[in-house]
Amino acid sequence: MSNLSEIFKNHKAFIPFVVADDPDFDTTVANIVALAEGGADIVEVGIPFSDPIADGGVIQAADLRAFDAGVRTKTVFQIVEAARKQTDVPIVFLTYLNIVFKYGYDAFCKKCQDLDVSGLVIPDMPYESRDEIVPIADKYDIDIIPLIAPTSGHRVEKIAKAASGFIYVVSSLGITGERNEFFDGLKDLVAEIKKYTDVPTAIGFGVHTPEQAKTMAGIADGVIIGSAIVDIVAKQKQNAPQAVKEFTKSIRAAVDETEKANV
Amino acid sequence: MKNLTEAKQTKRPGIFANTYGGQYIPETLMTELEKVDKAFHTLKDDPDFQAELHDLLVNYANRPSLLYYAKNMTEDLGGAKIYLKREDLNHTGAHKINNVIGQALLAKHLGKKRLIAETGAGQHGVATATIAALFGMECEIFMGKEDTDRQKLNVYRMELLGAKVHPVTTGSMVLKDAINATLQEWASRSEDTFYVMGSAVGPYPFPEMVKYFQSVISKESKQQLKAKENTLPDMVVACVGGGSNAIGSFADYIDDPSVKLVGVEAAGKGVNSDKTAATIERGTVGIFHGMKSLFLQNEDGQINPVYSISAGLDYPGVGPEHAALAKEGRAQYVGITDDEAVAAFEYIARQEGIVAAIESCHAVAYVEKIAPTMSKDQIIVCTLSGRGDKDVASIAKYKGVDIDE
Repeated sequence: MSNLSEIFKNHKAFIPFVVADDPDFDTTVANIVALAEGGADIVEVGIPFSDPIADGGVIQAADLRAFDAGVRTKTVFQIVEAARKQTDVPIVFLTYLNIVFKYGYDAFCKKCQDLDVSGLVIPDMPYESRDEIVPIADKYDIDIIPLIAPTSGHRVEKIAKAASGFIYVVSSLGITGERNEFFDGLKDLVAEIKKYTDVPTAIGFGVHTPEQAKTMAGIADGVIIGSAIVDIVAKQKQNAPQAVKEFTKSIRAAVDETEKANV
Repeated sequence: MKNLTEAKQTKRPGIFANTYGGQYIPETLMTELEKVDKAFHTLKDDPDFQAELHDLLVNYANRPSLLYYAKNMTEDLGGAKIYLKREDLNHTGAHKINNVIGQALLAKHLGKKRLIAETGAGQHGVATATIAALFGMECEIFMGKEDTDRQKLNVYRMELLGAKVHPVTTGSMVLKDAINATLQEWASRSEDTFYVMGSAVGPYPFPEMVKYFQSVISKESKQQLKAKENTLPDMVVACVGGGSNAIGSFADYIDDPSVKLVGVEAAGKGVNSDKTAATIERGTVGIFHGMKSLFLQNEDGQINPVYSISAGLDYPGVGPEHAALAKEGRAQYVGITDDEAVAAFEYIARQEGIVAAIESCHAVAYVEKIAPTMSKDQIIVCTLSGRGDKDVASIAKYKGVDIDE
């Protein structure tokens, strides 16, 4: 187990996401540093996959830009290695199981430990398949971050009880991408999770404005923003880091307001 | 040790050869998959469901399909006796209807009002649109843009039946991308919607379910051949993309070790070329589309673009049970190129007066090769998975014939 959970102690966490090697190596390194400087608590780094079935158009397009840049799994490790020279912000990887499987579960988790990467979010690995990797991840103190969805129903209990790091609460049905409406039972869903575990929760999928971030941070222990940041990178390209930092600051401020309101 | 294995299997259903299959799908869909699993296992033992299924197969889909003795081919090739299992004569012109009727009945029992499906060549989309029309359900079909272009007739046919066809423009715009899009649609709307998976792929219970509904092919062929020849076939041959007609053609013979099972993959421009869809021969173990199986992928696990002249076999993976049958040596998988399949398309048309689907012609091409090496008292059953009307225009184009569509 990593110390990811500690980050959420008396603190609302902001967890932004970038796709590795979008649009290139140096920009991604600078973006990770910008996210850290802007006030991110944990940075989620996406390892591109050819067929990202949980992702909407914005992240799919980012994956394609990364492939155009020639991204390999080892490139992503090199990006984190370069970022680690400038920041010690906690990092988790988000990728699809085949990428981890092909690298080798053991080798991949060991690499995470070497790079001080604390956890893995794998959207196509449900509870039923977690035993394949969790014992290996445990060996290297890597958390496998589970996802809980509005449709999880009776599954919430077993997923929550087995969780470590934090729990990624999916805000709505379908795929990633900016949206303005969320599942209306999120409060109840988070309350249900809390019945079974002290592991913190963070809400993601579709969140893209400071107001939404504030609302979500009011419901859960943290908020995850992906597509909105990837969209900035798409538009600003090599100039993205400054804009990414500004955006991060605005979300940080919104999330901190929730924290004050709760105290 | 045995108990441990058994316990493991109980915990993770749908694992073949201790490796392939499983469930690798976003959490959003897991509760729905549990419901489908439960409904399938309850209903398949329910006499009313079985009666309803049987009635539709017989009175709507035109089953049993013929087991036809291909006398001209047999004599021309001069070896084994060749029987063709005529799935092309089913309503909608392919084996796909067997599975769609089963899954759509399941959807009806689950109270679903809307069917969604992926399609490659369009045959599964047509079958789904057909049954949706019959059952009065809404229907939306996802089809790669590449395939909507090369199978225009089937696109129109689906629309005629009241379905909405979405051309998928992501990735390589073929069958795998259509499956991605359909899974995404299902994840965003499963409350009233059932995903009718067309091939023996995807997360458990889909591979098992598709096999169950397609196994009618081998159950019939076994009985039919017994009536005609009073024996088992020596070899069963079927084409394999995801593998639904092949698993259905093999199912009832898997426990008959004397019956050789051969799956024919699309080798495209050649098994060793980059333009191929020969997954079992060229693929490596991976996890994609909800299952662990064999995939054409690079060393990082990125799924490779695949190629075949046949839209229905143009898939980078294969059903998990086929991967297991190959691993255990129970079935053999061979590749047939575009050129060989097109030659077989013409051959069977001229020999037997049957215009068979280009997918099925991959199996026919293998029969052309293997039959002459077998003795006259041996028997091959080859599945013709579909009819070839949909392919006439593109084969003409392939041959450089200019026809006005």
